[in-house]
Amino acid sequence: MSDQKIYDMPHAKAWCPGCGNYGIHRSLKEVLADLDIPPQRLVMVSGIGQAAKLPQYTKAHMFNGLHGRSLPAAMAIKACNPGMTVIVTSGDGCTYGEGGNHFLAQIQRNPDITNIVHNNMVYGLTKGQASPTSLKGMRTKVQTLGVMNEPFNPLAVAIAMGATFVARVYQGDREQTKEVFKAAIEHRGYALVDVFQECVAMNKVNTSQWYKDNTYRLEGHDPTDRTEAFRRASEEGRYPTGIFYREEGRPTFEDTLPLYHESKEPLYTRSMDVDRVRKLLDSVRSV
Amino acid sequence: MQDVSIVMCGAAGQGIQTVEQLLVGIFKDAGYNVFATKEYESRVRGGSNSTELRVAKERRAALVDRMDIFIPFDQAAVSHEVHRISGDTLVIADKDSFPADGPADLPSPAVLLPFKEKALEVGNRLYTNVVAAGAVTGLFGVDPEIGEAIIRRKFSAKGEDLVRENIQALHAGNDLGSSLREKGHRFEVKCTKGVADELLLNGNQAIALGALAGGCDFISAYPMSPSTGVLEFLSQHQKDVPIVVDQAEDEIAAINKAVAAWFMGARAIVSTSGGGFDLMTEGLSMAGIMESPLVIHLAQRPGPATGLPTRTAQEDLNLAMYAGHGEFCRLVFAPGTITQAFDLTRKAFDIADRLQIPVFVLTDQDFVDSYYNIPDLDLSATPQDHFIETSEGYRRYELTEDGLSPRGVPGHGDGLVRLDSDEHDEHGHITEDLRHMRPAMVEKRLHHRRILMEEFLEPPTLQPGEAKNYVICWGSNHNVVKEAVELLDNKDLAMMHFHQVHPLHADVRELLSAAERTVLIENNATGQFADVLKLQADHHVPEADRHLRYSGRPWSVEEVVSVLRKEGF
Ligand SMILES: Cc1ncc(C[n+]2csc(CCOP(=O)(O)OP(=O)(O)O)c2C)c(N)n1
Repeated sequence: MSDQKIYDMPHAKAWCPGCGNYGIHRSLKEVLADLDIPPQRLVMVSGIGQAAKLPQYTKAHMFNGLHGRSLPAAMAIKACNPGMTVIVTSGDGCTYGEGGNHFLAQIQRNPDITNIVHNNMVYGLTKGQASPTSLKGMRTKVQTLGVMNEPFNPLAVAIAMGATFVARVYQGDREQTKEVFKAAIEHRGYALVDVFQECVAMNKVNTSQWYKDNTYRLEGHDPTDRTEAFRRASEEGRYPTGIFYREEGRPTFEDTLPLYHESKEPLYTRSMDVDRVRKLLDSVRSV
Repeated sequence: MQDVSIVMCGAAGQGIQTVEQLLVGIFKDAGYNVFATKEYESRVRGGSNSTELRVAKERRAALVDRMDIFIPFDQAAVSHEVHRISGDTLVIADKDSFPADGPADLPSPAVLLPFKEKALEVGNRLYTNVVAAGAVTGLFGVDPEIGEAIIRRKFSAKGEDLVRENIQALHAGNDLGSSLREKGHRFEVKCTKGVADELLLNGNQAIALGALAGGCDFISAYPMSPSTGVLEFLSQHQKDVPIVVDQAEDEIAAINKAVAAWFMGARAIVSTSGGGFDLMTEGLSMAGIMESPLVIHLAQRPGPATGLPTRTAQEDLNLAMYAGHGEFCRLVFAPGTITQAFDLTRKAFDIADRLQIPVFVLTDQDFVDSYYNIPDLDLSATPQDHFIETSEGYRRYELTEDGLSPRGVPGHGDGLVRLDSDEHDEHGHITEDLRHMRPAMVEKRLHHRRILMEEFLEPPTLQPGEAKNYVICWGSNHNVVKEAVELLDNKDLAMMHFHQVHPLHADVRELLSAAERTVLIENNATGQFADVLKLQADHHVPEADRHLRYSGRPWSVEEVVSVLRKEGF
């Protein structure tokens, strides 16, 4: 176990006082320390948004890419060096809204990455518009008549798509958050952790109190039962938290790549083998 | 005749492309210089698709209008090619696929042969086109053994019956062709020693092989004609030369994956066409701010939007040059020959890596789908990685004299590599320091352009050499213009072909200002390359001297000759 301070960066954070991002960050650093993952073996990936700034404040390798595009980047990063721990942290808007297609497609591939989605049910950085997970009726500067869309249910979608690890926590429940983060990072395959998080500045509906009142821990649930997982994930009104579904042993995207059947070495250590390219050239000497 | 043009035309689904492959293979293995190009509709069945083969003593690698042998598979094929049929065209048709007097609308009657009948004798009417291919080889007196070997190679996995029947069909066709030959329809083309051992590949394969030669070990792409061949080829050979192959969920994902792969020390390519590339532009811009190497194969087709999916154009030069918001530098290659496609793609990886910029390989449908034999490709320049082993305190965006910060890779050394799509400081940390850091980073990113201009630019090709007058072209028009210029044999006229279309080499300005006259040929309606010449070399090609084609068809040699004649050359 290492000291979580090894992940600290010197910069001031651009988060509001009381923001749920602090709690997520603290829980994550503690788990990383717990798991003894050195910054040199850790790649933090994000898109754009307030949540997506978390890698900026975390000492590790960082790929802070485009809004909505964290998952394709993370999948490629893992594919190029399966020895790295790859963790994605971005918002609900970034991951489920702008990045919706990537969310579906990466679940299908099952790369061995951990996807932490800071779900504050609002677009924080752009100042309070509805996100895909906003609840119906919430009024914003854009949704002046209240949100009309059916809220996006990431857990049900992930389970339906065949994700191999699907969980939800409320960041204020630090004990469960850490437990689930740890299990997610240790899971071999794609792991989704949807983290309920308050946005103190932009979401006056889903406050800390609201989350406390409207969540409860999943108990006595068998996470290998997919049908049951789907049913529990579909609950509305009061939201269960915990690990809904977990399946070990499914091949990851990296496992399916022939180039790792030959050697486990990451791509950067390899060099082009002229003889193999020449052989291929020779094969196009005729049709 | 030392240069025979053979055209086959039929509906999609009639197997024209299988025959094309078979015939090209046979002629090449028999020692003839071959060239094949196809044009096809965006559909899986029906319509009229055609393929042209040139079998020649010299190397010929451009479309000609002339048809020496024409094999229509249906009446629609005759209508499709009617403008190209002359009194000298030998038209051969299957006797059962047309009325008793053969195809209509021909200047002279077709020779009717029992292709389908022979196919049925072999066992299946699907062999009709193999019989036709056999007939063509018979006209040239090619030993059918050569075709047998190819059929064995191609079909052995599909079972002995299929191999045997294909061979029988080929033989039956060869006999039909031989008897025509005895009746005086002889095609004598001189074989060239060594051709049988040469390479035979199309533009897409050349790009894919060039990528591998450049150390490419990652491709992420979303299928889109005409660029898909690169993805297919690399996927088919992922066990021969190790590479991560990902059919991305969309082009946005593809480019983000590619940039992330470079971040990890891989060498990634994306391959796409106009519409797909439109989706990549934000990712391109990200490569710009991240100072990430990237190689983009952009195979053009006519737009806007879906446009003409299977036709050809050079309409996306502006797109490649200007795509992506913000300011950063890039390089655009546009190969004109198969050899150039290979060399430039290989080089694209090296330059992208050294200068930490996106490099384009801009092709088009005509280019990627055409193939011909070439002596060999040069594998002597083995790729070198231009990244360092980092140590603690490493700064990815360290401000240096020449603007290039040594590129680190996660996992290699003790340093941390931090890439940011936000404006950032030397560590890659997000910043809004507008006074110092922002201007410094902007200048750093544009500094790459100076190094590019000083060290990496190549002048255009002058063929046959310096002259008073030039016909200017770029990219895929190389072969057609070169052949036309050779035919005209005017000592005052040369081709000036650009394989590097942005930025232009510094010598171009001088070269053009010394020219007496320039005419320009390109495949778009607005003269995009003419604008580049004006902007980057201060050279104006008058409207009247711009020969712009935007029909979706490539130029033929005859058309270019005629254009140049009208220009007085
Ligand atoms: C392509 C693109 N579209 C829009 C934006 C503007 N934008 C930045 S963050 C954001 C939404 C942020 O919401 P979320 O992802 O939920 O993160 P939060 O800020 O709430 O943590 C938007 C719309 C952008 N940066 N890029």
